[in-house]
Amino acid sequence: MFDGLSDKFGDIFDRLKKRGALSESDVSEAMREIRVALLEADVALPVVKEFIDGVKEQAVGHDVLKSVTPGQMVIKVVNDHLIEMLGPEDAEINLAATAPVPILMVGLQGSGKTTTTGKLALRLKNRDRKKVLVAGLDVARPAAQEQLAQLAKQAEVECLVSVFGEQPVGIAKRAMDTGRREGFDVVILDTAGRLAIDQALMSEVADIRNTVAPAETLLVADAMSGQDAVNVAKEFNEKIGITGIVLTRVDGDARGGAALSMRSVTGCPIKLMGVGEKLDALESFQAERIAGRILGMGDVVGLVEKAAEVVDQEKAEKIAKRAMKGQFTLEDLQEQLAQVKKMGDLGGLMGMLPGVGKMKKQIAEANIDDRMIARQEAIILSMTPKERRNPKLLNAKRRKRIAAGSGTSVQDVNRLLKQYQQMSSMMKKMGKKGMQGMMPGGMPGGMMPPPGMKF
Amino acid sequence: MNDAPKTGWLSRLKAGLSRSSSALTQGINDLFTKRKLDAAAIEELEEILITSDLGVATAASLTQKIAAGRFDQEVTSEEIRSALAAEIAQILEPVAIPLELDTSHSPHVILVCGVNGVGKTTTIGKLAQTYVETGKKVVLAAGDTFRAAAIEQLQIWGERTNCPVIATELGKDAAGLAFDALEQAKSMNADILLIDTAGRLQNKTELMAELGKIVRVIGKIDDTAPHSCLLVLDATTGQNAHSQVEIFAEMIDVTGLIVTKLDGSSKGGVLVSLAEKFGLPVHAVGVGEQAEDLRPFKAEDFANSLMGLDG
Repeated sequence: MFDGLSDKFGDIFDRLKKRGALSESDVSEAMREIRVALLEADVALPVVKEFIDGVKEQAVGHDVLKSVTPGQMVIKVVNDHLIEMLGPEDAEINLAATAPVPILMVGLQGSGKTTTTGKLALRLKNRDRKKVLVAGLDVARPAAQEQLAQLAKQAEVECLVSVFGEQPVGIAKRAMDTGRREGFDVVILDTAGRLAIDQALMSEVADIRNTVAPAETLLVADAMSGQDAVNVAKEFNEKIGITGIVLTRVDGDARGGAALSMRSVTGCPIKLMGVGEKLDALESFQAERIAGRILGMGDVVGLVEKAAEVVDQEKAEKIAKRAMKGQFTLEDLQEQLAQVKKMGDLGGLMGMLPGVGKMKKQIAEANIDDRMIARQEAIILSMTPKERRNPKLLNAKRRKRIAAGSGTSVQDVNRLLKQYQQMSSMMKKMGKKGMQGMMPGGMPGGMMPPPGMKF
Repeated sequence: MNDAPKTGWLSRLKAGLSRSSSALTQGINDLFTKRKLDAAAIEELEEILITSDLGVATAASLTQKIAAGRFDQEVTSEEIRSALAAEIAQILEPVAIPLELDTSHSPHVILVCGVNGVGKTTTIGKLAQTYVETGKKVVLAAGDTFRAAAIEQLQIWGERTNCPVIATELGKDAAGLAFDALEQAKSMNADILLIDTAGRLQNKTELMAELGKIVRVIGKIDDTAPHSCLLVLDATTGQNAHSQVEIFAEMIDVTGLIVTKLDGSSKGGVLVSLAEKFGLPVHAVGVGEQAEDLRPFKAEDFANSLMGLDG
């Protein structure tokens, strides 16, 4: 969700930052570009207009013009307004009903209903200590019920056994009966994907709703959705009455403007977001995080989470401790490279850092890419264990051998060794100063993010 | 792919598109029953195109072309719509290329990829049906070894279409499965091998690398394979479709696109800007859940339907 909006807003706000005072025309100009940026991010047109009007009203005000840095003030106004429109973020799943509490999952084909049903079941089981039953009402897509059964097994929750030929309303009834009889707290009903304009299927899901009277009707929607998301959300809300939205595929690189559209047009809170393929990758909605990404302030939370996910904490601490004592070896460096690599595409990673959006070109030109890490790794792997622990052994002959073994040149080997020495001495210094909280798995020297980019 | 009776395909596409384009044409109708094409009208026209996912840049350039020579003149909505349809058809014409099979390959290997939930498996089922009906021997490979019940889903399509399905267990290496499937398809003397893959978001480096591996591994048996790499796009997707095409095409040699879910209310307008930017062939569109709902893509029909005009 970074590229477009981040870059665009970065440009606009850079220009604003450079000006002393903001006139109404300045704000208007910025708003025009924000409008385009939001449209490119798939925010629906009516919602864009509403947003711009709201921001403009707040921005072209006394406060802004008199404040010390007007540009920053505008950024804040835009950001606050975005968070406000996206929020609230403390909207929990409503379980305040007589058990078993029915939850109905609805949405278009391929929006991720079945996967989300599995994730939600796991979340309610673990977080809320609920006894959960899931039931597959999708009799249209081949193996949809089988998919839910498999996910339920992974989540270790019960899944209603399907009966061949049974229709959705019948399945819903049987699920609720089973839920009552066997003392379940929650029954999640996974419906088939349907088009909002398919009258027959929409009235089918309305029948299901009338049968079970769900405490929650969640619209599952894809973060990559285009302008039409606004119509889909409106239709589902009018015909079935939704109580919340689940935004899926937030871990993709879509700009996610649809979230703003759907939130705005239905008035229903975004309750959860899917952030990965694993069953536990379902999180409470964080408006600030999404807004931050949209506005190009970087998804720091996402970066930290990603780091926490892949960095082996124990190993990282061990390396840090040794580094402080001046015992940082090439083996440790290789371990760090491997962890950086595990975090995925370096370009994508950099994109998560605030303000880096615009530097992407420079980064590409500087050749700081994944291949460089792979090359550095290859160089270290071409050394003997003894050499890795004691780089002083590396004379010209050995360096030549390593270069040949790793398919690089002696210069490449030298460069890596120099980097290693710089890192090593820097870490020693940090150790002496007793600096705490050194970033585990820090990037090798020369790859440190440029100054001004803070975590 | 065989052309179905023209009425069938056209009415289906139009039935789907008319619901969506009704909003679009309604917008244009409201704008110009008979009105002067001034700056305000041009801006409104541009906005209407943007709401069809054409994207800001394409909407602007199309509007400019329409406005040229007509500025400050009285125009009708009919006139504007025809002119827009003609412009759009012109953009789409070069990419409306049916999927050609090369019968010298035995089998012709088709790899189907895309992000999660776009309809890859369903599209494979439909393709299989189409080819079986034309007398081809088709083998399916259940290469989505990640998602729960993806294998079962393809197996059901295999039963429906009477095609053998080469499958392995969940969690197994997809590239290995593809390799085995190609070997078996060869020994079965199949004409076509359709390989399903797991849905993957294009920004997941490791998953994209896995896709590259599948292509490399297939190449070990037949260095011309895969002969077609189809990227399936969901018509409800917005501008992110650009990122999808760009990154997938970077990783593997995408030879063509298939656009699904065009029977909904989304307009698939992003196709127009995709055609401008990448020029990749659009082989087919999906306009329903049945096997016969996969249709060849036709530029003029698509553009006319989008603009609510009779083909």
